Amino acid sequence: MRDVYVIGIGMTHFGELWDTSFRDLFVEAALEAFGDANMDRLDSMYIGCMSGGLFVGQEHVGALLADYLGRVPIPTTRVETACASGGAAVRQAYLEVASGMSEVVLAGGVEKMTDSADVTAALATAADQEYEVYQGVTFPGLYALMARAHMHTYHTTREQLALVAVKNHHHGAMNSKTQFPFEITVEQVLASSMVADPLRLLDCSPVSDGAAAVILASEEVAKQAKGHPLVRVVASTQATGAMALHTRTDLTRLDTVEHSAQVAYQQAGITPDQVDVTEVHDCFTIAEICVMEALGYAEPGRAAALVEAGETRLGGSMPINTSGGLKSKGHPVGASGVAQVVELTIQLRREGGTRQVEGARIGLAQNMGGTGASSTVHILEGQA
Amino acid sequence: MKSPQYTREIPQRYRLEAEKCRQCGKVHFPPRLICDACQSQEFEQVILSRAGRILTWTVIHVPPTNFDLEAPYIIAIVELEEGVRLTCQVVDCDPEELAVDAPVEMVFRRIQEDSQADIIQYGYKAVLSRP
Amino acid sequence: MAGIVGYGAYVPCYRIKAETIARQWGGDPAAVKRGLLLEEKTVPGQDEDTITISVQAARYALQRADISPADIGAVYIGSESHPYAVKPSGTVLIDALGIGPKVHVADYEFACKAGTEAMFVAWSHVQAGHMKYAIGIGADTSQGAPGDALEYTASAGGAAFIMGTENVAAEVLHTYSFTSDTPDFWRKEYEYYPQHSGRFTGEPAYFKHILGAGRGMLEESDYKPEDFAFAVFHMPNGKFPLRAGKMLGFKKEQIEEGWLVNIMGNTYSGSSPTGLAAILDVAKPGDLIFMVSFGSGAGSDGFIFQATERLPDIQGKAPKIRAILDQNKRYLDYGLYAKYRRKIIFNSPV
Repeated sequence: MRDVYVIGIGMTHFGELWDTSFRDLFVEAALEAFGDANMDRLDSMYIGCMSGGLFVGQEHVGALLADYLGRVPIPTTRVETACASGGAAVRQAYLEVASGMSEVVLAGGVEKMTDSADVTAALATAADQEYEVYQGVTFPGLYALMARAHMHTYHTTREQLALVAVKNHHHGAMNSKTQFPFEITVEQVLASSMVADPLRLLDCSPVSDGAAAVILASEEVAKQAKGHPLVRVVASTQATGAMALHTRTDLTRLDTVEHSAQVAYQQAGITPDQVDVTEVHDCFTIAEICVMEALGYAEPGRAAALVEAGETRLGGSMPINTSGGLKSKGHPVGASGVAQVVELTIQLRREGGTRQVEGARIGLAQNMGGTGASSTVHILEGQA
Repeated sequence: MKSPQYTREIPQRYRLEAEKCRQCGKVHFPPRLICDACQSQEFEQVILSRAGRILTWTVIHVPPTNFDLEAPYIIAIVELEEGVRLTCQVVDCDPEELAVDAPVEMVFRRIQEDSQADIIQYGYKAVLSRP
Repeated sequence: MAGIVGYGAYVPCYRIKAETIARQWGGDPAAVKRGLLLEEKTVPGQDEDTITISVQAARYALQRADISPADIGAVYIGSESHPYAVKPSGTVLIDALGIGPKVHVADYEFACKAGTEAMFVAWSHVQAGHMKYAIGIGADTSQGAPGDALEYTASAGGAAFIMGTENVAAEVLHTYSFTSDTPDFWRKEYEYYPQHSGRFTGEPAYFKHILGAGRGMLEESDYKPEDFAFAVFHMPNGKFPLRAGKMLGFKKEQIEEGWLVNIMGNTYSGSSPTGLAAILDVAKPGDLIFMVSFGSGAGSDGFIFQATERLPDIQGKAPKIRAILDQNKRYLDYGLYAKYRRKIIFNSPV
């Protein structure tokens, strides 16, 4: 396996993009990535997309997007692991370059969620259709089940959950591409409407349209692509776990996230404390807390205290979701895992502007599907 | 859900039919072709007891379309006596009556319909055990 | 001798008070309660129907009978609110309880006497030796049009009776049916609510058939009203069964135990069967029980039961109906009631 570099990044604005179609979202992000890479070569593409079928009635997404990007006949494959589809697409692209089969591969992610589909039902297909969804559970509901278990076991408070959203909005306000680029308060979170007790509207990531793309390349090609500091992918992992939340021994733990992280730390040869900037899958506030514990950033039950102490804020010891996270930036599900790598690349290139983590050299992106039955972790390294 | 998909799971939805691994004893609900604990493919059929306890719960305020008229409703993860866990609604009570470890019994209820004209889909829900 | 080997009854936990309905339609609550001798009625939960009620009642009956569900040879559910116009209710029940697939299943409808009809046929099978056990169920989520007199009484509940010839808890000593074509109450296909012909439902319908069956059964059986510990009649309201009983020569004390209508309403096909279950919950060995149902259209089925030594052994094996009626009552206002009973026009799903 050889080294793999991120040579180009692009993403659309995330939000309710009434005038932009599914295909154009992707093309816009991909074109931005080519412009960023300052090169045109492309050998292959992987597209993360959770549910083109349910959101816009479109399957066979790879061919459609390659066609509209004007890149036929290169091989293009749609990758699906629910909300981790983007992370899985990055991993497939990484493997193709690392294996030596291709020199330049694009990993894209796209979702068009606002075309009036039954979004709650479509997202729920990421859970066990026969034994969870059948009973009337929703995704906020599943994470609410985890939240109550976490609150019961570790006395995590409602306010601590709210602080995750407040922090991510604080970061998102500094990102021009976020769906909700404004600050919110704990009071606003606690006063927002109930979605699935104890989770309220402002604990939940929004329904979004958007696309993101990263171009991965071999060292040889990366060195020809001038203009940006080199960013290397030093770990790319994926883990799977039990599909139904209720089958897990400990409802407060995300074993797949833990597994994908441990393998990633080994691949990269680092320990969690060496990570300078992190993007995690904060689909709901409780998710960020559980993921922090699974990543080894905190002992079980201790992550919320770190959030409360401001350690995960920009300027803290472990800034998390400087992009605004899924909560503030938006969560076009298939695109989110790719957009995380976009943000890390910005940070490691030190192009983050007001939200730049000072001296950021190692970044970690964690993306998950369902209630964590799929998890991907990518660790990126910038220059010293 | 259409009839064929619904009908296939009737033994589980209606009468909690599970299976026990002959090698390691793990009880699986729903049945699987291969035991995730020991990889054995030998099982015996068991009917789960209808008694359990609540592990965690939520109240769904924003439901999928098929459940629109029922919201808000309670969803819980319940552990049955055999150690099997399942996700189901808890009905005929207020959320204020719930607690971790509260004993429940499984009852047979309507779960959902795709529309007024479509089949009625039945299954299990939990009610609080009352003295 | 053949008879009941297990029984069970169930009512939903939701209630609406007669005065709540009266206020909704500008009625006088005191006059309504006095006129119907009824305080409140049961309302099915949004997730309950004749099938789920039947399953719960039959599960209790199986607990009491303590038999293998596989030994049940026939399942009959009598109701005028079968959830499907076409597709049986009984098939759902057998798969929920592990009965069959070697089993005869049929749904019955005869207005409010469909339940005793199911019991009668179930009993006939075991009496004739066709099969070891058969189960007859009466259950309803009764309909009553908004603002109609029926809305005060139409309620939800049911009872199930497993008939057999071994380990009988209450023997069937006598049966008697009395039937004529009398259109006093009906509901046509595609109609939501039943229609009725007002006072014509009384004397020429309810009383004619209840008294016809009751008198015929007393005459044929050679029993006198005073021989019976208990009597139960179909309960469309509080007054009718008391009056019919009195006309047959029964005293209020004999009727009271099975007279659930004041706190339950009229569970249609489940009405007199649920009353019978309440009696079986307390009867002692040797007690004679007199039962006459009534179904509009019209007809009555009569049964004389005698409790055996086994009855006290099974009474406590499942919840008693008065205990079920007493616990966890959850009162609805008219708006929620209208929603639960789907009396509001909703948008179809987008």
